[in-house]
Amino acid sequence: MNIGQNRSLYIYVLLYFAFLYIPVMFLPIFSFNSGIHMAFPLKEFSTEHYVDMWNSPKLFDALWNSVYVGVVSSFSATILAFFAAKAFTKYKFWGHSFSYGAILTPFLIPEIILAIALLVIWVQMGLPLGLTPIIIGHILFCTPFCMIILIARMEGFDRNLEEASQDLGEGVLMTFWRVTFPILLPGLIASFLLGFIISFDEFLLAMFLQGSDQTLPIYMWGQLRFARRLPHVLALGAVIIVATCLVVMLAYWLRNIGQPEEKKDLTFKI
Amino acid sequence: MLKWWKNFYARSDNAKAYTLLSPTLILVVVGMAFPLIAVFSVSFTTQSSFVIDYTPTFDRYYEFMDTSSRTGNILTTLLGRSITISFLVSFFTLITAYPVAYYVAFYVKKNKMLWLVLMTLPFWTSYLLRVFAWKLILGHGGVINASLMTVGFIEEPLGFLMYSQTAVVITLAHAWAAFALLPLYVSLEKIDYSLIEASHDLGCTKFETFWRVVWPLSIPGVIGAVLIIFIPTVGDYVTPALVGGTEGRMLSNMIQAYFGRANNFPLGAASAVIMLITVVLITIMVNVVTKRLTQRL
Repeated sequence: MNIGQNRSLYIYVLLYFAFLYIPVMFLPIFSFNSGIHMAFPLKEFSTEHYVDMWNSPKLFDALWNSVYVGVVSSFSATILAFFAAKAFTKYKFWGHSFSYGAILTPFLIPEIILAIALLVIWVQMGLPLGLTPIIIGHILFCTPFCMIILIARMEGFDRNLEEASQDLGEGVLMTFWRVTFPILLPGLIASFLLGFIISFDEFLLAMFLQGSDQTLPIYMWGQLRFARRLPHVLALGAVIIVATCLVVMLAYWLRNIGQPEEKKDLTFKI
Repeated sequence: MLKWWKNFYARSDNAKAYTLLSPTLILVVVGMAFPLIAVFSVSFTTQSSFVIDYTPTFDRYYEFMDTSSRTGNILTTLLGRSITISFLVSFFTLITAYPVAYYVAFYVKKNKMLWLVLMTLPFWTSYLLRVFAWKLILGHGGVINASLMTVGFIEEPLGFLMYSQTAVVITLAHAWAAFALLPLYVSLEKIDYSLIEASHDLGCTKFETFWRVVWPLSIPGVIGAVLIIFIPTVGDYVTPALVGGTEGRMLSNMIQAYFGRANNFPLGAASAVIMLITVVLITIMVNVVTKRLTQRL
């Protein structure tokens, strides 16, 4: 095979990326269009929808709920995933792939099934719905992601460093605190950021388990029904998309800090 | 005793590994296995208005399967449709993403990182917003229809674009693209380049090389991509609810209704159990078939 250039394949790839990116671009484009009709030709440039968004107190309530849920879920998921990733990368043990599969299942089964499962047990126990069951659901849902990210990062971890520290007289805890933790910190932050994004955008679990407190996706979902309220959701969507991209770039950059060139990777293999 | 335990612990990798794994495994058991068992048991009960009668019965499953009744007819149709739509989505996503993964794996030399970022970035942006973007594009007053009408190609909005199965398939194929691109890229990237060169030296054409060397070696990625798209899309709720309309409604929309305004937990639970069993069976089938196929190679 001639590995020079393949022009028709290249054109196809460009078209495919256009298919991936152009639909999403419409949100920011229409968010700056005045009026409430989402259609070409555009009317005129206006920031009215952003002003509208700024003046929606309910939106900010939902935003804080989402941030709270995201931080708590992703932080817990990263800690759980760290222990699990440590076990998978450091030890050979009985039931290795079974445990791996078990931890991955919340992510592998259709999400709606996880959502109703949590709903049924929560209602049966007579507990009030709200942010707590949503957080539990999000921890279950984020842990597999965080674990995959951390395993990829920890596979090249030099265990001699830990052993050297223990030979030099540090205990297990101090070795962790002064050797393992600083080395893995960028990976842990990357895992936290990506877990946060997943939780922040998650809709289905939040819809089934919501009480009176809304998260941001639920708020947006509620606004989609009213044509008049739609444009400020576009503005919000545009802000979320830009913020997400920045956070993900940061996470990717952190993920690859101090990694040898051949291990620089973004893939999440399952 | 304590000393014995300490010795045992220091030597046993199993014990150490499971100490580290225990919090996560406990969470999965308490947070998922127990709830799934609860759903399973609720599916054998009967609900009249707000009271659930716990006498075990298979009636909800009969209700689901009975195609002569209206409910059974709807539910079986929706199950069939969910599977068909997911199959179509996996198929189209696979064949459209394969050339892209192929290009990035074999032709891109510089800035590979950038290409990988571009491949995965859409996945991280809000799923809800991506589906919503398609509503803007395909809708009756949406980008495509409004633009075509302004130019004068059409008089009335194209009906088939929105609130149809086509809309659901297009939207889902867009939403799950990253899940096809990555496994395919990973399996193509692994292929030893000298195998391809050898095939050329032995006189194979480009197409023969692809069909007899590259494609068989990329099968693991293909299967991974198909399953990782098929399984979640069977239970997708957002896309059919936003762009599907009545024609594109799927089983999850019905399940949601049973747990919402229709308030029939047992029938909803039974539908979910049937969905889960179907997905598991199809996954096992795909795995068995591929094992057979790859053994023969």
